Amino acid sequence: MAEALTPHLPQLLWLVPLLPMIAAGVIAMLPNGCGKLASKVALGALFGSCLIALIALVCTLAPSSAPTIATAHHWFCYGDEAVKVGVLLDPMSASMAAMVTFVAFCIFVYSTGYMETEQRFGRFFGFLSLFCGAMLMLVLANSLLLLFMAWELVGLASYLLIGFYFKKPAAAAAAQKAFITTRVGDMAFLIGMIWLYRESGTLMFYDGGTGLLETNALESLAAATTCGGLAVSAGASLLLLVGAMGKSGQVPLHTWLPDAMEGPTPVSALIHAATMVAAGVFLVARTHPIFQAAVDVDGASIALSAAAWIGGVTALYAALVAMAQTDIKRILAYSTVSQLGFMMIALGTGGVAAAMLHLICHAFFKALLFLSAGSVIHGCHDEQDIRKMGGLRKTMPKTFLVYAIGMMALSGFPFFFSGFWSKEAVLHSAQVWQGGIGPFLLAVAAALLTAFYMTRQALMVFFGSPRKPGVDHPHESPKVMLVPLYVLAAGAVLLSVIGTPMWQWFEKWMGGEAAEFDGGALFHGHALGLLGVSLAIVTVGVGASWKIYRNLSADSNAPDPLEEKLGGVWGFLVAAMGFDTLYEKAIIKPLASLACVINSIERNIFVPLMAALEGGFKLFGRLTGSTDEKGLNRGFDGVCSGMKNRASSASDAQVGRPQGYLRAIGLGMSVLLILYFWLSA
Amino acid sequence: MLLLSILLLPLLGAVILTALPNSKRQGAGRFAIAWAVIPLAFVVMMRGTRPTPEGGILASWSLDWIPSANISLSFSVDGISWVFLLLTSLVTLFALAISSRFGLNSRGYCALILVMQSMLFGVFTAGHFIPFFLCWEMTLIPSYLLIRLWGGDGAPRAAMRFFIVTLFGGVCMLLGFLALQVSVGTMDFAMLHELAANKELASGVGEALKSTGYGGHYLLTIIAICVFFGLAVKIPVFPFHAWLPDAYAEAPTPVTLLLTGLLSKMGVYGLLRIFMMIFPEVLPGFAPWLTALAVITVVLGAVAALAQTDMKRILAYSSINHLGYCVLAVAAVAASQADRTAVSSSISGVILQAFNHGIIASALFFSVGIFEQRSGGLRSIDDFGGLRAKMPVFCGLMGLALFASLGLPGLSGFVGEFLIFNGVFGLVPWAAAVSLIGLLLTAVFLLRLLRKVFHGPLPSALESWTDLTTRERLLFVPVIALIVGLGVWPQAILHCINDDILRMLNHLLPSS
Repeated sequence: MAEALTPHLPQLLWLVPLLPMIAAGVIAMLPNGCGKLASKVALGALFGSCLIALIALVCTLAPSSAPTIATAHHWFCYGDEAVKVGVLLDPMSASMAAMVTFVAFCIFVYSTGYMETEQRFGRFFGFLSLFCGAMLMLVLANSLLLLFMAWELVGLASYLLIGFYFKKPAAAAAAQKAFITTRVGDMAFLIGMIWLYRESGTLMFYDGGTGLLETNALESLAAATTCGGLAVSAGASLLLLVGAMGKSGQVPLHTWLPDAMEGPTPVSALIHAATMVAAGVFLVARTHPIFQAAVDVDGASIALSAAAWIGGVTALYAALVAMAQTDIKRILAYSTVSQLGFMMIALGTGGVAAAMLHLICHAFFKALLFLSAGSVIHGCHDEQDIRKMGGLRKTMPKTFLVYAIGMMALSGFPFFFSGFWSKEAVLHSAQVWQGGIGPFLLAVAAALLTAFYMTRQALMVFFGSPRKPGVDHPHESPKVMLVPLYVLAAGAVLLSVIGTPMWQWFEKWMGGEAAEFDGGALFHGHALGLLGVSLAIVTVGVGASWKIYRNLSADSNAPDPLEEKLGGVWGFLVAAMGFDTLYEKAIIKPLASLACVINSIERNIFVPLMAALEGGFKLFGRLTGSTDEKGLNRGFDGVCSGMKNRASSASDAQVGRPQGYLRAIGLGMSVLLILYFWLSA
Repeated sequence: MLLLSILLLPLLGAVILTALPNSKRQGAGRFAIAWAVIPLAFVVMMRGTRPTPEGGILASWSLDWIPSANISLSFSVDGISWVFLLLTSLVTLFALAISSRFGLNSRGYCALILVMQSMLFGVFTAGHFIPFFLCWEMTLIPSYLLIRLWGGDGAPRAAMRFFIVTLFGGVCMLLGFLALQVSVGTMDFAMLHELAANKELASGVGEALKSTGYGGHYLLTIIAICVFFGLAVKIPVFPFHAWLPDAYAEAPTPVTLLLTGLLSKMGVYGLLRIFMMIFPEVLPGFAPWLTALAVITVVLGAVAALAQTDMKRILAYSSINHLGYCVLAVAAVAASQADRTAVSSSISGVILQAFNHGIIASALFFSVGIFEQRSGGLRSIDDFGGLRAKMPVFCGLMGLALFASLGLPGLSGFVGEFLIFNGVFGLVPWAAAVSLIGLLLTAVFLLRLLRKVFHGPLPSALESWTDLTTRERLLFVPVIALIVGLGVWPQAILHCINDDILRMLNHLLPSS
């Protein structure tokens, strides 16, 4: 079937984003009671997208250095310019589209179980479909503008889904915070995009040699300089990076992501772990040639170094904060922030393929973790505090099994888990980077902490004995929720084969080359050393955590064992290092005061000024009025009254008797006749 | 002839309305709605019947009024005018349609709206300053009366201020043009454009007014500032905006919709047609100041909106902010005409933004009207909450309009703003960068409105509220269709104006 469809692939590719979008439109029109039908429409559309995406993936498997498909269509024209949009199929977009549709499909199926009792079940699937459509548009876009548009639309879908339980003020506030914080980044993205457009005259990625990512444009972008001698490509890519930081929750624009956990758990899994938050990473990966266009002698560019360092700081920061959290979803949220930091490190240090590999593996195991966390929350009657859980290993064995797989993949358990090899690739990229050892050290520290806090979470949730009376009757989830978990767990394990040092298929494929199996590569000194580091990380992290949290007190209110050792630092970590408070004090409050000041200026200066103008006019009016009254009118009145007197005496003659008038007419006629004859004679 | 009937039909409708017997009160609203469909049909026909003729003039009509002074009542329609005519007929029809929903359907009210429509048609098609100015000033009388007679408690004062300030602006503009008439002997736009393109205007003015002792460039700058002032008051541009929040808040909601949807567009249209095209010789000298004013307008509108709680005031400041982008683009073009692509992007963006703002503001003010109607006149965002539970459809539709207003791609607000920022960035980069603050804050206050009114717990006082009626939904349909349709397919508007923009480009940048 794939061969038969290949010639139509450019058209079919549009269907990948459009099918879910159409489904969203259809669901929006459905009346409220049609929840079941809505979920079927959404699932059907996504299934179609998934099939096409897989066919497209097959078509890109043959190694090639050029994109398989890059189309361009006119969207609108202004002046002499035409703005074009199109779809792009290359290994990067194909793998992303396949991953998004596949993971989303699992999450959709899971949601039919998880959201079953929700009254606005249909609405939920409508929003999810809108999100999938926009996300797929984002990954398949062949134009920066189309990518930006889809980028904003996924932001909208995220807003709608975080605020899905809109009656909860916290959810409504979190939705608003997410949209506005990411919009800060979006503004930078917008101006960066416009800058690139002005300099290169195009927004297309690939357009027959004239696209942004093709040699001509890249050379001119690198050659043009702006203030301070900065290359335009570097300046614009820094702006794109800020956009990516907003979407991908990099410090300091990360504060919205933990709050986004107010949304339903499947949303956290799909949008705020697996796909949308990776959009920033994808943006940098997609536009990586621009980031790299102006590299200095060290092989580093300003924008790339910035990405590496920001990624490193974020990875470590979020891992530290995750250690001290107690909400099962917030821990995973900070872990997502941290893993996105890993991807940024890889991008900054030149490992685009490593970043993409980690992105895809992370999508599987993080979606798995969130969904099994959802299963735990479901089973514990909506309890999210891990201090009140415990011992769930016995009552929810299946959930425990899949959760353990996800947790081991994330912590980087060796050999059989995808997370191990993708993290290995990221560390490798950071290690060989010429720009400095800093990001590598940050990544190692973060990886160690990751193993630590994931073990802590697993121990507190699944081991020991139940710590809260209300949670002593947990139940296993239904099949419709478990099967997607098995599928994702299989992915978290099996994906480990595509990117090992022995068989670097993914990396070569991204670069357009064929890969060969080389078992010996594992034992080259370099790879072996890194392997040792990875093994040490996971051993130390898990071991330390096991030692501290193995014998946890049965009292759910007991302080954390680490709290006693760390003292004040612990509180600082629990408060996520005070970013929210800082923003509240440094931005939100001053902005509100500024608004009040401007408002009072409006009321106390501008309005009175206008009142003065008005008063001036009124005064002028009164002056001219009285001049009229006293000067002009008096004379006028005099004339008038004179006329009136004369008229009244004239009117005396009009007495209303026809006889009198006839007499007067007869008299007058006679006089006129006499005059006539007298004159003519 | 088609043009003349478009210009006069609404007036005729107003005359018929006043002649209707008093007993037919209910019928007046319906008659006005039906009557307002006719100019819309004519405007659509004007484009639809035949291919665009050479020179781009779709229709014209002219009468020599005072030949000795070169004054003629000339009107003509090109693509740009046509877009504004379409906007006028759509928004007027919509305003009339929602007026009768809100019980505003007396004969006088409908007749005044129709008079205003006629005058707006005149403004958007006039080819000579005298008919332009007559129509411009004549819009004031119906709008003053509409605010004064059907507005809220503070309406008399607000209407008076609105009247005085805009009249003052009009007088300045008139003085400027009289100076042109005295010095170069014409107030015909085409002739003045021609003079300006040949760079003869400043010298002509200098020659004729030599007795003043000032150079032509200096004098023309003063004239340009006078004209700018007249236009700026209407849009409005900081610091001439102070009349607006009160007038918008006090006017009855359908009239507010007309004020922001159409009357403010007169200023934008004037900036494009008159200000930018007649004074290119002197603009680069003082346009940086105008750019600064525009940037202040954009940012100030957004920041001031943050402090408001009255929905109408929020939207009023939001309008200042949105039209600020139009002024920004015109000011950027005025400041630097270096880049053909950037200039065409700016101008296209201005027209698209003006059109879309009219449509989006219609949807938003209609929504505010629904709140007022159901709550008996409440409009503060603190009076409501959690309404999404009771009115999901209303929340969806108003939310869509709000997101369009904050420039979400896929909805109509985005492309205009993209083109404006694209153009302004090419001409005056710092202005584009600073104005982004406005774009960011727009999201803040619009989402705050959405959250306060629709999200959170439902107050018990609102328990009994029900969702939109079928008729209200039907009223939303065309507006939402335009918002989505033009967001996906902006070419529908852009292809109507592109030839005219190329002509403007050749005029402004003849060398390239």
